[in-house]
Parts: sequence; structure tokens; C-alpha cells
Amino acid sequence: MNDLLLEVENLQTHFFLDDGLVKAVDGVHLHIRRGRTLAVVGESGCGKSIMARSLLQIVTPPGKIVGGAIRYHRGPGDVVNLLDYDRKGPEMRAFRGREAAMIFQEPMASLSPVYTIGNQIVESFRLHFKVSKAEARTVAIEMLRKVGIPRPEARFDAYPHQLSGGMRQRAMIAMALICQPNLLIADEPTTALDVTTQAQILELLQKLQAELEMAVVMITHDLGVVAEMADDVAVMYLGQVVEQGSVDDIFYNPQHPYTRGLLASIPRLEGATRARLAAIPGTVPHPYARPGGCPFHTRCRERIINRLDMCKTEAPPLVQVGAEHHARCWLHHNQGVELSSEAVQLASLPLTTTGGH
Amino acid sequence: MHNVVLHEADSAPNTQHAALLQVEDLKMYFPIRKGLLQRKVGEVKAVDGVSFALRPGETLSLVGESGCGKTTTGRSIVRAYKQPPSAGRILFRGDNGHVADLARLSDAEMKPYRKAVQMVFQDPFASLNPRMTVRDIVGEPLRVNGMAQGRELEARVAELLHRVKLPPEFMSRYPHAFSGGQRQRIGIARALATNPRLVVADEAVSALDVSVQAQILNLMQDLQAELGLTYLFVAHNLSVVRYISDRVAVMYVGRVVELAETSKLFAMPRHPYTEALLANVPRPDPRARRSRIVLQGEVPDPANPPSGCHFHPRCPYAKERCRVEIPVLRELASGHHVACHFAEELTLRGVDTSAVAGASP
Repeated sequence: MNDLLLEVENLQTHFFLDDGLVKAVDGVHLHIRRGRTLAVVGESGCGKSIMARSLLQIVTPPGKIVGGAIRYHRGPGDVVNLLDYDRKGPEMRAFRGREAAMIFQEPMASLSPVYTIGNQIVESFRLHFKVSKAEARTVAIEMLRKVGIPRPEARFDAYPHQLSGGMRQRAMIAMALICQPNLLIADEPTTALDVTTQAQILELLQKLQAELEMAVVMITHDLGVVAEMADDVAVMYLGQVVEQGSVDDIFYNPQHPYTRGLLASIPRLEGATRARLAAIPGTVPHPYARPGGCPFHTRCRERIINRLDMCKTEAPPLVQVGAEHHARCWLHHNQGVELSSEAVQLASLPLTTTGGH
Repeated sequence: MHNVVLHEADSAPNTQHAALLQVEDLKMYFPIRKGLLQRKVGEVKAVDGVSFALRPGETLSLVGESGCGKTTTGRSIVRAYKQPPSAGRILFRGDNGHVADLARLSDAEMKPYRKAVQMVFQDPFASLNPRMTVRDIVGEPLRVNGMAQGRELEARVAELLHRVKLPPEFMSRYPHAFSGGQRQRIGIARALATNPRLVVADEAVSALDVSVQAQILNLMQDLQAELGLTYLFVAHNLSVVRYISDRVAVMYVGRVVELAETSKLFAMPRHPYTEALLANVPRPDPRARRSRIVLQGEVPDPANPPSGCHFHPRCPYAKERCRVEIPVLRELASGHHVACHFAEELTLRGVDTSAVAGASP
């Protein structure tokens, strides 16, 4: 497909810690398409943020990308593997900021407290474009206006601490988008915001995406944000994408037991008062104690128990379950299906033996 | 001690018992100090005239965005601040039917009530010594209040762990080894140690992953039924509130703007701010993408709130009167209280429960 922008193949990012090796990202495949929003969703420790940072090679030691490829389709016939570039080299520095930008939950992660908002935006622009300061200032003020900062000429000279939380978020977005990148990576961009401010920022991101025709990778734990923003969804668990598909497939036809569990456990505004929620038993395992086989088998209600006990012993492959829909689960694999017809029981894990979580 | 006659709880349909807690016109102002001499230059009216009642065994949620005063209200009730409330009464009915105004008690007088009114925090370990074992953490309130020691204390801690569904061998472990959900279970066990009647839960599930959040919400509902607890649940997440609350009070910049039974408040909000809050929660249903009611501006600074109705600069229905006159919280229908001048005239959009998406498997 020619709308492909970034092709992530078997990406592996590991952390070499004193207490052991943590495979934060362990074989992720993703397709990021021009002009579309891919939401990467999962609970804490699933590796979604590290995966996002790996795309820009901003993982810091002891973390290291140890394998895979990130193919960037710059234009027709012009494809480069970003992992061939040194993470501190000129090619990567040119890629970051100019072609791909990132925004964070906490705006002060990208804004410096000692420079004015305007100064920082002008600097990021002049890093990639040879223009005069006066020209850059005009562009920056226009960008501040575009992200909905009132009186941008005056706010140009404001320091980050002089702005409210929502305005700082907007300033960070202005800085990220000043070079009109092809890809915006947004890591929990609205998690720290109040719900009325969150709605403003989500709407702003949608507007800017349409205007700039950029691809967005939205990292979030909030399935509500996913449903509102995403075209495509990747669900992560313990460093792997366990299911990916269109937003409609994921919400209306989920195929991985973890996705089903997540959807069932979220409280909904339409829910019943005083109802019980269908919690997933247990807790996300500690990264040092990652279960073998399918990493989700310890919490799975649909685990296949047969003579091979394959969910426990063997890691399932990514299985195609629909046109653009994949799930990493034995339930959908030929081998799993055959064996299940033979001697399968679906385990229902007793909640009380979980030792509490 | 201040003895007072307790009013009947608000006139909601199932009012059978006298209120366990009645908060009347509670105000909590914090001074803003500046300069070398720390002169008082202003006040933050964090809580500015809040009234509600809690019936025994019910859950009332306080919801709102940052700076609305929900947390300060909860903490004022447990007297967590050095200063007493600036005004108002916090009437608490003890086991013997005796009613005390917690707002006016000295620290010494407050002591017996601290057993009866406990708090659960977002991160229960934030204020605890990391070198305490679970036994120390859960047992501390028992020791401090002279309720148990030695074997007896150990047995009681084991029982509390059992209640929150943790194995007794956790007793000798240290907090750093636990997951967020386990920590919250331990925090709840500690809060339950003194057999409280009222538990103030301050964003108790906000930091948890969704799959674990559901476990803790279920646990809290079970404990409430088993132990006859009354909850004041402070939260910003309206979807969570929907599941756990009998009634909901929506706060905005220090005041309650709407208070009603949960299902009524969600289906038929009567205050424009409640309508906007409900409309702005992202729905986990891609087929239900709808036009948002995007409010202008942000939550105002409680040190410098707008005149009249605090919500008027952001309210799509505001008129001149809203700018000048503070709306009082009044009962519009049985048990449904609203602070809006135009509540009768407005037709507001709630959550349509008839069109629940079949997103769950």
C-alpha cells in the first residue's frame, strides 16, 4: 500500500538492569499510515511508551533497541530503515522534529522553564529551516494561534509557568507541529488534564491532523480516547502487540481474550448503578517474572488446557483473524483449533486463588 | 462537646434513618501569604458553602475537576488540616446516637471520632515509611488507638488482610514489592482496622489500571455490604462514580452545583456544567462518536473566581443574571438539587442509556 508511512517489524527494545533483563518491547509489528491515527493501548508496564520512544530512537540507557527494523517511507520508492542510523547522528536529528515529533503527558518534558514559549518554538523551527528570526517569529505566532492560544503575540513572550495546564499543552503541541511533521507521536497527551480541557485538546489534535494530513500514533491507557480518536488500534500486553485491527474490529469484534477482558472491565457512563464490573483476575506480572508461553495465560479466562498445555509452554504467533485484523492467540491458530476439538476445556480461573492484587 | 439536634436527611424517597453525617454550609478558606512577613494578601475559597447529608450505608460521590474543592471537602470532614473549617457544621452521629459537630472539636476531642471516620488515599503508601512491613502498616491504627497488641494485633491484621482478599503471609513483607492494586488493598485494610462507620475515599482507584480498578471497585462494594460502611467517594472519573454511587454531588469552584440520585443525574442532568461534564467523557464506543459540547476556557482559579454563578463565563446558556447573582442550591424535584437560575427552562442532554453499544463481549 502506498499510504504506508512507517513499517515497524519485529522491534525489540530491552533494558539491561542490574536485577536482570527486561524485554520492554518484544517483537512488535506495526503499520503506520499517512493521515491516519493508530492508537496503542495497554496497561502500565505493557511497553507502549517505550515502543513509541523507540520509533524516534530516544530510548535512553540502560534501554537499547536490540533488533528489528523501522522502515520509513519518505516517498515513492524512497524507503530507509531508521535503525540503520545512529541515534545521535545527523540523520536521526533531522528526522526528529522535522519529519516526526512527539508530545507528552507532561508539557514540561519538552518545554524548558527558562526560555519563553516563543523562543523555544522559533528555535525548533530554525533547527530545520534556514530562515531569519523575524520570519520564524511570524510562523510561530501563526502556529500559536492555530493551537488556540488567545492573544498569541503577547503569549509569545510568556514563560511556561505563566500559562495554565491546558495552555502549556497547547504550546507544546505548537512546538511539536511547527515543522509540519508527517508523524506525530502523542504519549498520553490528555491523561493529566481535566475532562473539559481534555475534550478541547482532543478536538484540537483532530483538527490539526486533518489540516496537516499527518499520521498520529496515540499512546493511551484510556479506551474512551481510543474509541474517539483512532482509525486503527494495537493492544499491547507485556511488550507485545496481542491484537491489532480497525477501531471497529477491536471494539465490536475483539478476538484476543485480553482485549475482551479490558473492554469488559471498563466502567461506562451508560452502566448500571451499583453494578459489578467484570475485572480481569490477577495483576500485570512484574517484568522480571514474565510468564512463559503466552504472557497472558496466567490471567486468561479462555486459556486452552489440554495435554500440551500450549498456552503455558509455547508463545502463540500473530494469527490473521480478519482482513486487517490480527490476534496473538492459540485460540485462532490451526494447531490450537485442532487440539481444542480433541480435548479442550476452557479454564475459568478461580478469582480467590489470585492472592489478591 | 457540641450537642446539636440532627436534621432529617434530605428529602430523598428512601429516607428511613437519620443521617450519619450532615454537612451544613461548610467553608474552608486558605490564606494566601506573600512577602517576608508572610502577610495575608487574599484567600482561596477552596470550599465555599457546601451542604449535604450521608445516610447510613449509602455511597455519595463528590465529583468535579481540579480545584473544585472535592478533595478539600473530604479532608475537612476527617479534619486532616491543621486549621479547623472556616465556617459551617460537620454533624456526625456516633454509635450511641449522640451527635457531635466535628468542625468545632479540638484535636483531643476529635480523637475518638478518628476511629469512626477513616480515609483511603490514591496512593496509600505515599505518606508511609517504606521500612514498615504490612503488619506495621495495617496494625498501626490499632496500636495507636490502644485497640490491640501482640498476638491479638497479629490476629486482627490477618483478619483484615483476609477481608481485602490478601493472603496472611503478606504480613511480613514490605510495600515496595506490591503492585498498585495490592497496595490499595493494604490501604483499605488499614482504613478498616478501627472499625470505622464512615470511609472517605479520595481518588481511591484513580491511579490503577482498568483491569485492577474493577477489582478494587468490586471489593469496596463487597466490604460496604459486609460491614455496613458509609462511603464518601471523591473522584473525577464519572464512569467510575456511576458504578459505586447511590447519589452524586457535582462540584465547581468550591460549590455544589447539582446533587441527585445517580441514575437521575446521569440521565437527566439539570445543571449545564453537569451536562458538559457528561458530554466530555470520551466514550469507549467508536460507533457513538458524537459532537462534543466543547466548553470555552478552563476551570477558574479558586483564588479569583468569577462573579455570580462561577460557571457563567463558560456556560453556553448564561444570561445577564448569571453574572451578578449567585444561584442557590435548591430542590427542583424530589431529591434533585440544582444551583442554576434557569434550571426549569433548560432542556439538557444526559447519557442515553437505551442505546448502549454492544461493545462488551
